[in-house]
Amino acid sequence: MKVSYFPGCTLKNKAKDLDRYTYRTAEVLGVALEEIEEWQCCGGVFSTAKDEIASKLSSVRALKAAYKKGQPLVTVCSGCHNVIKQTNYVMQNDRDFADKVNRYMAEEDAYNGETDVYNYLELLRDVIGFDKIKEKVVNPLTGKKIGAYYGCLLLRPSTVMKMDDPENPRIIEDLISALGAEPVVYANRNECCGGYIALEDPKSAEKRSLDIIRNAKANGAEMIITACPLCKYNLIKNGADIPVVYFTELLAEAFGVKEENDGE
Amino acid sequence: MENKYLKDEVVRISGVDPKKCMRCGKCTATCPSFDEMEYHPHQFVYMVESGDIEPLLHSESLYKCLSCFACVDRCPRGVEPAKLVEAVKLSVIRQKESNRLKADDIAKYLDSDMPQQAIVSAFRKYSK
Repeated sequence: MKVSYFPGCTLKNKAKDLDRYTYRTAEVLGVALEEIEEWQCCGGVFSTAKDEIASKLSSVRALKAAYKKGQPLVTVCSGCHNVIKQTNYVMQNDRDFADKVNRYMAEEDAYNGETDVYNYLELLRDVIGFDKIKEKVVNPLTGKKIGAYYGCLLLRPSTVMKMDDPENPRIIEDLISALGAEPVVYANRNECCGGYIALEDPKSAEKRSLDIIRNAKANGAEMIITACPLCKYNLIKNGADIPVVYFTELLAEAFGVKEENDGE
Repeated sequence: MENKYLKDEVVRISGVDPKKCMRCGKCTATCPSFDEMEYHPHQFVYMVESGDIEPLLHSESLYKCLSCFACVDRCPRGVEPAKLVEAVKLSVIRQKESNRLKADDIAKYLDSDMPQQAIVSAFRKYSK
């Protein structure tokens, strides 16, 4: 199957491995990722202000490009996913906003939120199916105790994101199980790591991140997996003494398509 | 901007109806930035409702929201306090020469591992 793919700025720079493992594991599953031509950065955070239009146009352009190809739009980075999915939601549900955007873009065909947006995790669960994932595992991660770290962006606002139960999610735990490892459930897996505050107030990000690391370890996690480059940065920067890796890297390892010299 | 207009502006661009708040404080209890804030999420809601916005305009609390949407998701009345924080903050940084973060400042914050996502997100939140 062919899908439109929005990698985002970080996957072409500091998180090249997240991008690489996504391509490699998609190939195993028979999914062709067609990168949106001339995509633009999503901006990292969705502005909830109703009169903030220009900053959402890059997301609309990506959504529209996928719509024109008749494909779903797949993201990997939690930040891109949150911004694009929330933008799609307002294009579907806020007539006034969508009209302004369509007039601003001044193209013949209007866009009204028709595109299906999947995070790669959702593609794995809802389109491919975790049963199929399990069949493709050649290197089961038996005995590994892994904590899923969702953070905030994948799950909230839950009325828009609709990925999972925002307070008791299981999508990443189910993926961990499909790969033969043992998921570790801990309370702080859906609390914020501090996000972009790391830039100007790193002490605040340190407090948030330490709470998460301690809580995961106290429940027996020997590794933490995430979909978000900023979560990964904050956890590692602030003292994670267990590995913090992208879920796609774990998937590549289980599929036997991770290479020893894959590091940056 | 006079405060009565400012309240209308904040309510309009946030889409939030602060009168729905029943003062349970759950937003503040669940806010990961609680310790860093002089005015907590429930106080933002109350102060906007009562038109007492001036103190918020000068508070560092505006820049402590992480956009994690915990208060938005967990509010039993659907008030969505983070949207009010965002609207009050925009009413400040949209003024002339009021950007919180300037491009020239970025170099001093960077380290070699910091993802681009952190930089673009901070710009989106702290500058117009």
